[in-house]
Formats: sequence, C-alpha cells, structure tokens
Amino acid sequence: MTRVARRKALSSLFVGFCALSVLIALVPLAFVLFYVVSRGIAALNFAFFTQMPKPVGEVGGGMANAIVGTLILVGLAAGLAVPVGIISGVYMSEYAGSRFATAIRFAADTLNGVPSIVIGVFAYGIAVLPFKQFSAIAGGLALGIMMIPIMARTTEELLLLVPSTMREGALALGATRARAVFTVVLPAALPGVVTGAMLALARIAGETAPLLFTSFNNRFFTTKLTQPISSLTVQVFTYAISPYEDWHRQAWAGALTLVGMVLICSVLARIATRRLERMHVR
Amino acid sequence: MRNSETWFRVGTGAFGALLVLIVVGIGFELTRQSMLSIAKFGFEFWRTSTWDPVAGQFGALPFIWGTLYSSILALLIATPISLGIAIFISELCPDVLRQPLVFLTELLAAIPSIVYGLWGIFVLVPAVRALEIWTPEPLRHLPLFSGPPLGVGMLAAAAILAVMVIPFISSVAREVLRTVPAAQREAAYALGATRFEAIRAALFYARTGIVGAVMLGFGRALGETMAVTMVIGNSPKVTASLFAPQYTMAAVIANEFTEAADPLYVNALIEIGLVLFVITLAINVLSRLLIVAMTSASRRAPALVEDDAAETAA
Repeated sequence: MTRVARRKALSSLFVGFCALSVLIALVPLAFVLFYVVSRGIAALNFAFFTQMPKPVGEVGGGMANAIVGTLILVGLAAGLAVPVGIISGVYMSEYAGSRFATAIRFAADTLNGVPSIVIGVFAYGIAVLPFKQFSAIAGGLALGIMMIPIMARTTEELLLLVPSTMREGALALGATRARAVFTVVLPAALPGVVTGAMLALARIAGETAPLLFTSFNNRFFTTKLTQPISSLTVQVFTYAISPYEDWHRQAWAGALTLVGMVLICSVLARIATRRLERMHVR
Repeated sequence: MRNSETWFRVGTGAFGALLVLIVVGIGFELTRQSMLSIAKFGFEFWRTSTWDPVAGQFGALPFIWGTLYSSILALLIATPISLGIAIFISELCPDVLRQPLVFLTELLAAIPSIVYGLWGIFVLVPAVRALEIWTPEPLRHLPLFSGPPLGVGMLAAAAILAVMVIPFISSVAREVLRTVPAAQREAAYALGATRFEAIRAALFYARTGIVGAVMLGFGRALGETMAVTMVIGNSPKVTASLFAPQYTMAAVIANEFTEAADPLYVNALIEIGLVLFVITLAINVLSRLLIVAMTSASRRAPALVEDDAAETAA
C-alpha cells in the first residue's frame, strides 16, 4: 500500500468512526424511548391521572396527587426563578462589561454545575431544618434554585440579540434606562424568554434528587404548601424500587408522562425559537 | 435622570447578587451543618472505609472511590464517542442532517435522570447480568470481573452515566470546534492533508477547549444521582471489580438522608455533600476557564477567510 493510499484509508476510517459514534449514541436514546413508550402506554389509563394511589398490595389507582404535586412544585419554582432570573439577566446584558456582571455570570455558571442532590441538601438546611417539617415550599425552593441560573443566562443571551437600534431609539426619545429595557428591549425578547422558561421548567419538572428530602412524598392529596407533597418523579422512584408488579407498571406510566412533558416542551420551544430567529435575522 | 439610572442599576443588580449569595450560601450552610462530623473525624473521614451508622463510625472512602471510578469509567466510554459526534455534526455531516442530529443529542440530555434509572433497573441491569453470566470463566478470575453476576454494579452505572454525559461533552465540543478559524483547516487542505489530518489540526488547535468540555462532563458525572443510585447496587466497598455493587457520594445522600436520625449521621452525610460541592465547583471553574481561554484566543486570531461553516451552523 502506498503512503497516500494508507493516509486516505485512515481518513475514511476516521470518518466512519465519527458516523458510528452518532449511531452508538442514538441506540440508547431509541431504546429508552421505545421502552418508555411501549411499557408506558400499556400502563397508562384514565385512572392514572384521576385516582389516588391505592394502599400497598391493592392493584390499580393512579398518581393524581403526584401530578398535582409536581405542578405545584414547578409553579413555586417558577415564581421564584422567573423574576430573579430575568432581572439578573437584564443586569448582565445591560452592564455586560462590568466586573459585577462577570461575577454574576460566573455564579450562574457554577450554580448550573452544582449537583442537584447538593441543592437538595442546601434547601433542606435552610427550609426544612429550621421548621422541622418537610414542605412543598422547600421543594419549590430547591427546584427554583436550579432554575434561576438557566433563566438568567437565557435572558442575557436573548437580550443581547435584540438590535441595539431599538434601545437607542427608546433612549433617544427620552426614555430612562429602566423604561427602555422594560418596555422596549425586554418585550422584543419576550417570546424567546418564554421559550427559555418553558425549557427550564421541563428540565426541573424531571428532577428527583432535590425533592427527596425537601418536599419528601405524600400518599394523600394535598395542596398545603407547608406540608410534604408528592411529585411524579419521587413517586416513580418509590414505585420503581418497590417489589410490587403493579407499582412497576405505574412507574412506567409516570415515566411516559414525564418524557411526554419534556418532549412537548422542547418541540414547542424549538418551533418558537426558529420563528424568533427568522424574525430577528432578516 | 442620573438618579433613576442608579436605582435601575442597584435594583437589577440586587437580583443578580442573589445568585452570588446562593453559591456562597451553599458552601456556608453545608459547612455549618457538617461541623459535628468534621470535628469528630477530621481527615480520617476521607481515609477510612467503615460506614456503620449504628456504631456511629463514618468513613467515606468507599463513596469517593465509587464516585471517581464510575465517573472516570463513564468518561473513558463517553469521550471518544462525544468527540466523534461533535466532529460528525460540525465538520462532516450534510447540512440537512445537522439540525435533526443536534435535536436528537439534546433530547438525550433532556430525558430525566429518573427515567434513565427506571430503564436501567428493568432493561439495562438484566442485560448486564446476561453479559456477566456469559463472561468466560478464565476472565471471571481477574479482579476486574470478579464477583457474582448480579447485574447491578459498577458496569451498569458507568454505562448509564456515559449515555448521560455524552450530550454535554459533544455539545460543548461542537461549540469549541466552531471557534476554530476556517483558515486552520484550509491551510491543512492546501498542504495536501486528508480530511482526517485537517480535522486533527483543528482538534489540536482546539485542545484546551476540548479538555474543558470533557471536564465539564466529568463534573456532571460526579454529581449524577438518581440513575446511578438505581443501578449501582449501593454497597460501600472499595473494589476494582466492574461486576461488584458499589456506592457513590450522591447515591448515599439520596438513599440514607431521610433515614438518618442521629445528628452525627446527618452531619456525616452533609459533609459528603459539601465535598461533592467543592469538587464539582473546582472542576466547573477550571473547565470554564479552559473553554473561555480557548474561545477568546481564537477570537483574537486573524481570520483570513469568512467562516462559512460557523455561519450556516448558527
């Protein structure tokens, strides 16, 4: 084999390896989705969404309390993270060059990398321990802390995409900085911010670790924020490691619900971003 | 006018300060809550491997071992695959495939950890058990493959972790590759390089950022909780065997926190959380610095030709 032929062969081999890696990564994705969908659909029924868990050993029942619990927790998290995230995003983009903005950006990136279980321990320390009570509030706090950095960074990036002529126009008309930002720049970026918020919500709705010892779990239906509350993810975990066949079935149904939620959110977000990009680029 | 500007800056800055406060607060709170354990065991905590809540004896070595072992193993599997994916998407694949592939790899990251765990328990673990039973007898005598074929254990954990970090590493690596000036590749091609050689030149140029991407994946793997907890077997042992059930730092917190009644026990668990926090913090900071160094260096580099690849990818 000539030297050139060998080099060409090596190059083809490399291209082949890269294509193969894509396939290798897609295989587990296909497998996970296949099992979640096939086992989930088999287990999913109307009762799953409307009924409460049955006592141990009894077949049937559903996760109505967990679904409501997840919605409450995610709502609490959004209530904390959306304002804090958006406003700190505004600061980072408005004062992009300043040292403090760099510090915030750095904090956001580090917070994003902190393991969710550690966030759970932190929330336990500040919201469970002092009151000696697991609560929905503690769970919402833990999820909110996870969501803040995502919101902040998304908002910052989107605000920087808004054409500077819009801000300059507002300032030239005599608007104060606050007015220019909140009535002109932020509304221009709003569709993107909403998209980002949805993606962040989808992500934290799937979190389990930070809830294990903050919102804990509850076999009963509750909407009290100071009480332990059930969530889809913790319920799936409890059922998955249990020895009961019927609980395993319901765990798959719960997993399908979670994945469906994430999928719908990310597809919607994707469509919205594409529309947004088209609007801004042209 | 001036006044309203100041108010705006202070007002929005206060929300930003909250982010800094949370990061500092985590470190402070975790230290405060683990004082009992720190005072009682000191450095011994990290060197001994007896974990006996009843006797009040806590040594965290097996958890450190399990965490590092599973994460490093996962990276060994995930790094080549992730780089392959990043290179395929950014350099090789036809334009029509690019967006769908990006979407699919992102989907891999979007699937909740608990779903991976559920799939791990009921699909992956039985498959791993079959593989372990099928392993030829002579191999089973090696320390790497010793122990009964349980299915749950290090191998299953590392495999599932690898799947979970692939999307992180490949997406950062893709970003990093995009910052390599097209002139780098064009110069290589002009000298008669093959595709592989040109990409190797680009990879070499991007090496700092690539290392950053892999470290970011490492940080993710260290802190991953649910999926690992569900398949690793949760047994605090220091062993090299891939077939043996082991335990990780995140998993022990997830499993034992609500059961820990004794203050010292809780403190010991929180100390594990503290160390996990410090380690992931250090790794994240370091990897971000590497990535920033890489991307800002290439921004300064003179671009001879407009980077068409980057334009179309954007």
